[in-house]
Amino acid sequence: MLRYLVRRLLGSIPVLLVASFITFWLVRRAVDPLAKFRHDRDSARVLAEQRKALGLDHPVIVQWWNWLTHFVRGDLGTSTRTRDPVSGMIQHALWPTLQLMFWATIVSVVVALLLGTYSAVKQYSAGDYAVTGLSYLGLAMPDFWFALIAIAVLVTLPTVWFHLNQPILYSVGLHSPGDSGLNLDYFRHLALPVLTLTFGAVASWSRFHRASMLEVLNADYVRTARAKGVPGHQVITRHVLRNALIPFTTVTALDTAFLVSGVIITERIFSIAGMGQGFLSALGAGDAPFLLAWFVIGAVAVIGMNLLADVGYVALDPRIRLS
Amino acid sequence: MSAPVLLPPRPIDDPDLAPGAAPVARTNWQLFRRRFFRHRLALVSIAALAILMVACYGAPWLAPYKQNAQNLLDGGMGPSAKHWFGTDDLGRDQLSEIMYAGRISLTIGLVVALLSTVVGVAVGAVSGYFGGATDQALSGFTDLFLVLPDLALLAVAVVIFSRSFTSIILVLAALGWMYMARIVRAQVLSLKEKEFVEAARASGASSMRILLRHIIPNCVGTIMVNASLAVAVAISTEAALSFLGVGIQAPQNSWGLMLTGAKSYTTSTSKFYLVLFPGLMLLLTVLAVNFIGDALRDALDPQARH
Repeated sequence: MLRYLVRRLLGSIPVLLVASFITFWLVRRAVDPLAKFRHDRDSARVLAEQRKALGLDHPVIVQWWNWLTHFVRGDLGTSTRTRDPVSGMIQHALWPTLQLMFWATIVSVVVALLLGTYSAVKQYSAGDYAVTGLSYLGLAMPDFWFALIAIAVLVTLPTVWFHLNQPILYSVGLHSPGDSGLNLDYFRHLALPVLTLTFGAVASWSRFHRASMLEVLNADYVRTARAKGVPGHQVITRHVLRNALIPFTTVTALDTAFLVSGVIITERIFSIAGMGQGFLSALGAGDAPFLLAWFVIGAVAVIGMNLLADVGYVALDPRIRLS
Repeated sequence: MSAPVLLPPRPIDDPDLAPGAAPVARTNWQLFRRRFFRHRLALVSIAALAILMVACYGAPWLAPYKQNAQNLLDGGMGPSAKHWFGTDDLGRDQLSEIMYAGRISLTIGLVVALLSTVVGVAVGAVSGYFGGATDQALSGFTDLFLVLPDLALLAVAVVIFSRSFTSIILVLAALGWMYMARIVRAQVLSLKEKEFVEAARASGASSMRILLRHIIPNCVGTIMVNASLAVAVAISTEAALSFLGVGIQAPQNSWGLMLTGAKSYTTSTSKFYLVLFPGLMLLLTVLAVNFIGDALRDALDPQARH
């Protein structure tokens, strides 16, 4: 197992290197580091000076190498937007995003498992049709529109109808000003962003889980278990669910990486100062060092989740041997 | 699929047949039609999409008001007989705006799906059939882009290439063909070992001919299903980009951009319709396309023969 892990980790290094070069090149194209000097009175001379000072007179690959050697030593550079060190900004931005992803993953996994199991066990019942219909809706609904509707229906409407002084659920930030910690206020802020991140994942994961449950339900060993008189619920929990959980783990681990796109939109709508917001402001302000660090962290997270998916697969399924 | 006469009639099990009755021979096209039309929702979806497309592309003739026509006296009015979907603060008729914006959204969906399908099928078929360096390059390339968060990558690419209609289409297609390539490659890998390919090769067919006449026609099912889903993906991705402020720009309009303009109205109960209708159009389109994709998948599945 350890050898497999090491091999996989070593194998992901070239992917990371090339990915970082592509993003470096793209960000260089997207952002003009000399923009603020372009309108100087003496612009020709200043531009030439700055080009040399910033190392822009080298080929892109040399610039990339310089950036990379600093990056791996922990020097993420200084933000051109705020003049703060990027590492500190990332640390600040990472925390709210990790909270969002943590809660969103937990809620989606639990809800998707419940719905998918129910749907498969009661196949073709009214409940199954309702779950399947909702999952179609969840897959087709753009997440930002869902968030806007959720704000209108769950925040604005109750507040107006019942003449409340403050809404039951909040749609801005993760805490009220001056508040912090794991309290009711936190969950009242958390509910809507997590709901936004959750519904799409629940829609696709529950559908997936229903399909893999049905596959196992029709397997011979399940019929055998029933035939030898194992009680119905025990067949489901011991035989069916356990086996259906194997593909489910892989899919959820792989998809968690795709939550990143959802996080950008969710943080934008609910004004949460995390990585998603950080990306958008950096893109708007042409903050190259932050963008580069952002992409590297994103890529590392995706690779990490892929690895976790594979390791989980091997750990859960004794039929798979590493070679 | 459209040459029914040449196919030998073959008896099949027909669930609708009375017991004891002689089985009826059906051509592939008839089978496809039967299985496709069994999906009522897909039929409704086709009708809905057709209406939507006529309404959007016919907007210059059908829309009740001109694009961006302001009428401040009628500003901020809810849905009424005069303005079915209401008006915004500048008095622009929302129904007309949605019809005009739909042209952009639908065109992006269709063109991006077409482009990424053509590129994806070409790359996938070549790399699956020939293997070797092309194949390695394709796998490496797709793995690489799967590692980078897609929405962020698209946003940066759009910033580089300008936010015009054409550049958004090109960027979405350039970053969207890998999925199709992977699927086609997998299918070609299994098809190229089949006897009919061997027979074609034995009778002297060139690689080009084998690919175009024998292998790709056998992938049509997979390709059509995934192309239809690509339409839905492209429409929602464009909407998300516009919503984040890196998509279509005024004076052009898309459903995603309409929602950006309307997002401050979620705190108002009286102007909620400004948020509701553009999103409803997005939902309707994507839902309809998904239903059609599902029906195609069932109808083109060679395993199911009735």
